[in-house]
Amino acid sequence: MPNAAVASMAHLMRRAGMGATRPELDDLTSRGYDQVVDDLVHPERFSNGYPDIVHPYLHGPLPDEPAPEDYEDVLLRYYRGIGGPGASSPGKWIFQMVNSQRPLKEKMSLFWHGVFACAPSKSAHPRTNRRQLEMFRRVGMADFRTILLELSSDPAMLFWLDNNENHKDEVNENYGRELLELFSMGVGNYTERDVKECAKAFTGWSFVQPAHGAVPYGKWATTFQFREDDHIYGDKEFLGLSGDLNGDDVVDVIVQQPATARFIARHLYNFFVADEPPVSAWNEQVPQDPEAINTLMAAYFESGGSLQHMLQVLFNSDFFKASQFKRVKSPTEHVAGILKLIGTYREANPGIDQYAAATAVMGQQLMAPLTVEGWQTGTGWINGGTLNERVNFAVDQIEDSSKPGIRDIIDRLSNLSGGVLTATELVDNCLDLVGPIVVDSDTRDELIAEAQAEGELVFNGNQEKTDERVIHMLQLIVSTREFQFC
Amino acid sequence: MNATASDPVLVVVQLTGGNDFMNTVIPYTNPLYHDARPGLRFAEDEVLPINDTLAFNPHAAPLKDVYDAGKMAIVQGVGYPDSSRSHFRSSYIWHTCEPETIATEGWLGQAIGQMDPDKENSLTGVNFGRGLPQSFVSKGVPVTSVGDLDNYGLLTGMADRREASLERFKRMYAPAIGTGPVMDYLSETGQGVLSGADDLKKAPAMYESNVEYGSDLLGQGLRDAARVHLADLGTRVLYVSHGDYDTHSRQELTHEKDMVELSRAIVDFFQDLEDHNAADNVLMLVWTEFGRRLADNGSGTDHGSGGGAFLIGNMVNGGLYAEYPSLEQSNLANGEDLAHTYDFRGLYSSILNQHLDLEPTSIVGGDFEQLQVLN
Repeated sequence: MPNAAVASMAHLMRRAGMGATRPELDDLTSRGYDQVVDDLVHPERFSNGYPDIVHPYLHGPLPDEPAPEDYEDVLLRYYRGIGGPGASSPGKWIFQMVNSQRPLKEKMSLFWHGVFACAPSKSAHPRTNRRQLEMFRRVGMADFRTILLELSSDPAMLFWLDNNENHKDEVNENYGRELLELFSMGVGNYTERDVKECAKAFTGWSFVQPAHGAVPYGKWATTFQFREDDHIYGDKEFLGLSGDLNGDDVVDVIVQQPATARFIARHLYNFFVADEPPVSAWNEQVPQDPEAINTLMAAYFESGGSLQHMLQVLFNSDFFKASQFKRVKSPTEHVAGILKLIGTYREANPGIDQYAAATAVMGQQLMAPLTVEGWQTGTGWINGGTLNERVNFAVDQIEDSSKPGIRDIIDRLSNLSGGVLTATELVDNCLDLVGPIVVDSDTRDELIAEAQAEGELVFNGNQEKTDERVIHMLQLIVSTREFQFC
Repeated sequence: MNATASDPVLVVVQLTGGNDFMNTVIPYTNPLYHDARPGLRFAEDEVLPINDTLAFNPHAAPLKDVYDAGKMAIVQGVGYPDSSRSHFRSSYIWHTCEPETIATEGWLGQAIGQMDPDKENSLTGVNFGRGLPQSFVSKGVPVTSVGDLDNYGLLTGMADRREASLERFKRMYAPAIGTGPVMDYLSETGQGVLSGADDLKKAPAMYESNVEYGSDLLGQGLRDAARVHLADLGTRVLYVSHGDYDTHSRQELTHEKDMVELSRAIVDFFQDLEDHNAADNVLMLVWTEFGRRLADNGSGTDHGSGGGAFLIGNMVNGGLYAEYPSLEQSNLANGEDLAHTYDFRGLYSSILNQHLDLEPTSIVGGDFEQLQVLN
């Protein structure tokens, strides 16, 4: 049986981050679960995660919280500086997910990216979309009012949902509608009239391109601009409040609604705890754990809508601790989790983009969700094509014993039981070191049968042979149904 | 196996990125075309006319031969209302026939489910490429996606241990009582991939051909489609993608390459099938998520609306169908795009009903006007 404290910590890190290596787990476990949760929701206690090698590229000391431009610039220089090609934004993001010392910050960015799904396909300015990711990092754990205000003045979102076409004399409802339907309350909690009034309140919320014709240096990111002369002033009525409402007044009303608290609570539950039906069904289908949703809603209201507080309550709750392996991993969790396990790309070497491509063929192209409604999660991730990709990806990544994470697992095994492992010991310890993960007893029997065919594993100095046997067992484990969960 | 060699087969070619239909089937005598495309127009003496107003792109000569032989229907102005300019969204709408809300059920997945209701053959639908197009996704319908036909399947990275491990995989994915619906779904999906792989292995071994396909992805993809079709594995829907058609810049070079590869691959594919006397039941649909902007932007074209599709096969009643979108300013969509003149769901209905002998209404989500396009 795996150590319960380690299993619990591994579960926390799979959900709040992209997993943890065994040495990391040992260290985290010694700090204690509650302390680790507290640290996760206080990312400012840790370095922003630039590897030391980039320091020479910075002029002056590392800023505590660099401006988005600095951040992007540093990573770009870093990748070029080591002779590799500039990585794409999704590639760099995966690198950050795996290596950041603020894992929950990256995970929350992925969370918001799924809820506020926005793609650059409609935008000629990829930099604008990268700024959005920086915004998610910056305010992803703030109070929901701040988050919605940032979102409502985010140029990528304003463009994606046509708010730059939301004019005084020609109201475009796209952003106003999605703000209520997909970003805060969900259908059934407001009227068509509220949508219209909301859209009017956001007239003139637009953006501006600060410079033109910057090729070959690339276009600049656009910046928010409130166009007073294009805003509808005067009386509006929104969810019972009337007055000369502007966009921020509307947001003030939205964040006080129980429907909003409930909507965010369900999203957090679906992303961090257990798979729920698609958002479009939330009106008809009650949550699988109404008590948990109530707990999260209470956390929302007692903290002024703080995501940081909601997350702390969530990770410390019994329902979270009891939710091991209740979610189908997203492609990003699958790919980044494997990278964690094998221990490569701890430094920004060329080639990270192959992992962004891997998530795309598994059905999750980062920074390019299909629609504003985001990805279908849970079993929505799995079909014949994507399962084939998931299994083969994991098997192929495990295959090399020189990868640091694989080497570490083999070395740990060789130090057990005097270097002689029975088939059962080999299987159980591999399951432990890969997760710990729990598999169905039939699955475990199959793995043991496979190991038994070659008898005891004796670490007798024939490293090629012993490496090969361990790798084969690890490959079978990552091929299982159970490994598709986290 | 519930299919026979004479059952109708559909081959779908998706042109990804939004093909510039106006520079594929060109309104070469229309002055508005020449005005709108100063950087990208083809002169009247360059194009390959099919009548007084329309002509093929000069780099698609093999396709014109197919058209002249009466085996190709050009469906003009295909699209849907309020066309999305997002690649992802627009493709998704074509995949799922649902322009307004998000849907996950793909039209081909549903058709495959109806053709093989007892899930006897996970090769009823085969995609060539990584991942799976949303068209193929339908709950509970096993389909197959082949990245590399010569080395297809699970655990391909395992070398010597692969055969034995596949056996083990099969046992580990055996349905177990009481593990819940998600585990059951994973079991079913895993078993589907395995059984498909066993049969697919036969295709490369059986194949012999004198046709030399191009080395490009479409040529190789259609060669794989031919190998699977000729192996007689009961496959009814084959899917291949080709691109890049997203020609925002340097369109002249990219689109020429696209046209050359597309026309060669299609002609090679049908020649291969004819050589094996296996073409008569095969219909090919060529589609793209949208056409491009009427006006060029100097070196390319931006995302537009109405596009065009082709139906190709011996059973096709060749010619022009639906209407070529008007180039008049007052008729443009969004003030700058060719408007659609015919709904893609009518095109799908024609294929489902007249070729695959299925009831189209539930699949495409309504009754849409069909084209009388098949003999």
